Amino acid sequence: MTKVFNDVENRDSDNLTAVFDVEHIRADFPILGQSVYGKPLVYFDNGASAQKPRQVIDAMNDIMETNYSNVHRGVHALSQRSTEAYEVVRGKVANFFNAASENEIVFCRGATEAINVVAYAYGRKFLSAGDEIVISHMEHHSNIVPWQMLRDEIGIVLRVAPIDDDGNFLLDDYAKLLSDKTKLVAMTHVSNALGTIVPIAEVIRLAHDYGARALVDGCQAVQHGAVDMQALDVDFYVFSSHKLYGPTGIGVLYGKEDLLNSMPPFMGGGDMITSVSFEKTEFQQAPLRFEAGTPSIVEAIGMGAALDYLDAIGVDSIAAHEEGILHYATKRLSQVEGLKIIGQARDKTAIISFIMDGVHAHDIGTIIDRAGVAVRVGHHCAQPVMERFGIAATARASFGLYNTPAEVDTLVEALGAVREFFG
Amino acid sequence: MFDDLRELYQEVILDHGRNPRNFRHADDATCSAHGNNPMCGDMLVIYLCLDDDGVIEDAAFQGQGCAISVASASMMTDILKGKTKAEAEQLFSAFREMCTSDDFDIAAAAECDADAVERMQMLSGVREFPMRVKCATLAWHTMDAAVKGLQNVSTE
Repeated sequence: MTKVFNDVENRDSDNLTAVFDVEHIRADFPILGQSVYGKPLVYFDNGASAQKPRQVIDAMNDIMETNYSNVHRGVHALSQRSTEAYEVVRGKVANFFNAASENEIVFCRGATEAINVVAYAYGRKFLSAGDEIVISHMEHHSNIVPWQMLRDEIGIVLRVAPIDDDGNFLLDDYAKLLSDKTKLVAMTHVSNALGTIVPIAEVIRLAHDYGARALVDGCQAVQHGAVDMQALDVDFYVFSSHKLYGPTGIGVLYGKEDLLNSMPPFMGGGDMITSVSFEKTEFQQAPLRFEAGTPSIVEAIGMGAALDYLDAIGVDSIAAHEEGILHYATKRLSQVEGLKIIGQARDKTAIISFIMDGVHAHDIGTIIDRAGVAVRVGHHCAQPVMERFGIAATARASFGLYNTPAEVDTLVEALGAVREFFG
Repeated sequence: MFDDLRELYQEVILDHGRNPRNFRHADDATCSAHGNNPMCGDMLVIYLCLDDDGVIEDAAFQGQGCAISVASASMMTDILKGKTKAEAEQLFSAFREMCTSDDFDIAAAAECDADAVERMQMLSGVREFPMRVKCATLAWHTMDAAVKGLQNVSTE
């Protein structure tokens, strides 16, 4: 069976029997057909940003060619069509992630902005000096820095839940960090650097036992398996569209409706008010109160098309395919001389970070690039977890729905060339 | 397909990367600076010992990074010994030009120090790898910061 990201039945169980035709899927992605340095492109940098299917590109072009106007404003035909196309996406997101209401779906620029909205609007109102926020040792910088900024401003305390040498999240140690001082648990669902899946349902449940709120960074989770907001009972959940085969410039802050409405706005401006005079302004309810200014209309519609695309294939079929790639790649890479996989948690998504004896990750990246293979090298914006493993950088292959075992073979072959250079 | 790579990862570079020269702390350093490449996580400390006339008596470095940044630091510290501050700055300028410009005039640069320019030339293959230029120049930027009395430099 595929990865189950929370405790509920998978939404797309009907699709499990569908045949997953990877060549058919690859044909949907125009960019994948090209060669780089005369070699067929092998794109293994999906964790940084995923490629876009024709359906997303067409949806974005179509709105601009036929229906584009500003939203929530005009009475004219184009504005109505644009508003409708834009707001339909909110419902799609709510359905896709089983939110209780589309009012719980706040559009923002991406996950980083979403976390900053919570740090600013929730943190400054509900947290005070001495309150504790628990994060994990494998957070992306975007789920560390906003809380440090809040700490420096109002004096909250940051606590870090540990991992073991394989990158497993240590649930018992996490539980020991919780107390009545804990007000927020802000945790990644999947580690971008290691691929570890955090048992987020338990993490949230334990946080709630202490009356704390839970924010989950789903950037590396939503593209790999079904996530159900109501089943998780999560308070805030954030992700970016561009890692989900949608465009950049759009992402989602999910928040429980009452909670969102208890928070002050993040930015002031147009579209987030019900009335403005020079004496007093009344704010909209969520989600619009957090969406000041003209939003990313075309991008939101692109994200909607990406969700439709994933829904048509079936998230669980994608997860099953990627599980196969992960398994095969783990086996093949383990056979490469001098290669060590960093992060061998029991529960992983399709991400493999690795280092090679005597070769820096940048040199690996440069050499295999000439064989057409794109991976991310560096600290993956997760320096604390790199430090945990005593390394400065890894090479990271992160797989997506269009990747194939043959591409893994190309990577392994290219790593042979690295050995030729570095001995 | 690997011609560019062979040009970049020459045996001399790989040797400097594996066995860096002057890879140590310099206790009597008169100036030093930290160089940081935030995107890659490369970090170097450059130590310089200048005498009263501004001549670099000793140059050393510590830190970690890719083969290119370590080799560059290794070669640079070798080259700098015995040079004046002004000469070091001149070489930095020539090296930066060499790593980025196709029109680099090697003959003109060689007039001031043929031996140093010849050695620096080993790293010029980086020109074909724009993303790696900052790896090659990190040590030189850091040296420049040390000479100017700055403590930190970042190549981003």
